[in-house]
Amino acid sequence: MSIVRATALCKNYPAGDQMLTAIQSVDFDIPEGAFVSFVGPSGSGKSTLLNMIGCLDQPTSGELIVAQTDTGRLNREQAAQFRGETIGFIFQDFNLIPVLSVYENIEYPLLMVQNWPKPERQERVQALMKAVGIHEQANKYPSQLSGGQKQRVAIARALASKPKLVLADEPTANLDHVTAYRIIELMKQMRDEFGTTFIFSTHDSKIMNAAETLFILEDGKLRQEHQTSPAGKIDSNALQQEEKSL
Amino acid sequence: MKLLMIAMRNLWRYQRRTLLTTALITLGVMAMLLFTSTAGSFKQMMIGQITDSMIGHIQIHKKGYVSSIDSLPLTMNMKPKMVEKAEAELNTLNEQGKIEAWSPRLKFGAMFSNFNETTNLRLNGILPEKELQTCPELPSRIIGDKPENLVEPGSILLPELIAKGMKVKVGDAIVLVATNRDGSVNGMNFTVHGILEGLSGPGGRDGYIHLEDAQALLRLESNEISEIAIRLTAPQNEKLVMKALKSTLGSLTNQQGKPAFEIHDWEKLSPFSNIANMIDLMTLFIKIMLAAIVLISVMNVMIMAVYERIREIGTLAAMGTPPNRILQLFLTEGVLLGLVGVAFGLMLSAISIYLLNQAQISFSFGRQTGLILEPVLLWKDVIFASVIVLSAAVLASLQPAWKASRLNPVDALRQV
Repeated sequence: MSIVRATALCKNYPAGDQMLTAIQSVDFDIPEGAFVSFVGPSGSGKSTLLNMIGCLDQPTSGELIVAQTDTGRLNREQAAQFRGETIGFIFQDFNLIPVLSVYENIEYPLLMVQNWPKPERQERVQALMKAVGIHEQANKYPSQLSGGQKQRVAIARALASKPKLVLADEPTANLDHVTAYRIIELMKQMRDEFGTTFIFSTHDSKIMNAAETLFILEDGKLRQEHQTSPAGKIDSNALQQEEKSL
Repeated sequence: MKLLMIAMRNLWRYQRRTLLTTALITLGVMAMLLFTSTAGSFKQMMIGQITDSMIGHIQIHKKGYVSSIDSLPLTMNMKPKMVEKAEAELNTLNEQGKIEAWSPRLKFGAMFSNFNETTNLRLNGILPEKELQTCPELPSRIIGDKPENLVEPGSILLPELIAKGMKVKVGDAIVLVATNRDGSVNGMNFTVHGILEGLSGPGGRDGYIHLEDAQALLRLESNEISEIAIRLTAPQNEKLVMKALKSTLGSLTNQQGKPAFEIHDWEKLSPFSNIANMIDLMTLFIKIMLAAIVLISVMNVMIMAVYERIREIGTLAAMGTPPNRILQLFLTEGVLLGLVGVAFGLMLSAISIYLLNQAQISFSFGRQTGLILEPVLLWKDVIFASVIVLSAAVLASLQPAWKASRLNPVDALRQV
């Protein structure tokens, strides 16, 4: 069953007097539980595509169905509610709330968006902190964490409200290679544990192979869909070599 | 609760800015409360002196008397019939508990002589018991030992200015000479019963004799008077009683079909009302300034907060935080700034006012000296200051908060 289905999807931006085409008639289908990566150089449309899938932006034309919902028909409030219920986000710069501790950052969507009862909230946050390996940093603030730790918190936060889909825009761009590999591995592990679909964008050739399905974007067009699964694993030898070199 | 906690932490995140803004609001609240409490207590003290020791709260005259009050015309006195009608109405209001007392007065000008020199003097013929009920603070104006009775037949309460100028003291004999309505002159001997401290405004330098003496001096055969001074049970009911009197006495006409009475409150009779109005106006300006200070400072902080946290707002929105909650978050931050400013402002104002009262600062006003500054922090001023600050804080936060809640998540997340 599809979690994301795009049909003739287009996105244009006004740039001065002209219209800039970011996405040109793209079609794709992502099944539930997939581990997918959109790859391509800067400006190829990866972020635009993820923004549309995440209901942060609306398509200019075409149809985009996310979790059986036509996202093009959602207004501002509906889109916010849909995101809160269905989608988790992981950002390149982690985007943790600086005034909240690790625990509170993960708790935020459950408390301020979903309004979960306290006992369930506590249980969920504790479980996620353990799952991503940051339970010992629970009371620390983002400024006291390393990049890798921050991204682990971001992954836990994205998974907090049990979303069907997690979108990660260049989640490893600000991390060293070893940490990047570990983060991708963690995302995969979370997919396996919670059954959540992960879609991430990257232009890093070393980690794109970790995805089971690769969508290669070029100038807003989908050039190729490439199945790497079941070989969609991180090269552990390469990882060890990286660790040694560091 | 979580919203409040996040708002507090966000404010603490920019400590210097938050402290400066809070200090500004605190100073604004202090300035307003210190001004209103000192100016307000001065105003109340002066009004109290004027109404409780001289004018009363309301006065009734024959129509046209007040406009020619400087010449104290005997031709404009109220005749016994008019006095009866007025007193009947006052009795009704007294039974309704709206009026505490009233005092008939016969006002006239006379020549004052100490047997060596003469001068002019304005006099009030009064019934001491009724005058005491209407102006209970009148005895407090008597300098030195207070006589047992306010004024007795054959005695006079002399204003300080005349007593000093004519070098007379309590117990001295003096002569009053008055011209009656027909133009004939009459003189009577009096003993100085007491010296009255002067007050600012008309009537503040009047002498007092017994009403019977006044009628005798003026050779009045009928029981006519110049005015009736009224003391209200509750001064705040002034407008209500004025309305009642105007609808009854004010509607009575003379033989020419013109209104027979005129009714005035103390504000129309004392020039101090202008000073009181000026104090009110200055208080209003101070309040407007306070609102402006809060508005500008909170708006500045909130605009900066939104500008600096655009990415953060984008993240909150991306996580599904409803726009209204983002609005609430920034509104809470603005209101918190106002709340903290008000809290410190109230606290420091209360301490300052306590210290001012302890210091017993004296001042002079007109001819009055040795007045003690006794500022009082009124609940209504505290509530007013709090409402102004909080309303201004909400208003100032509204636009930045609205902007934050309406930010497009994609644009916000792109912000560097």
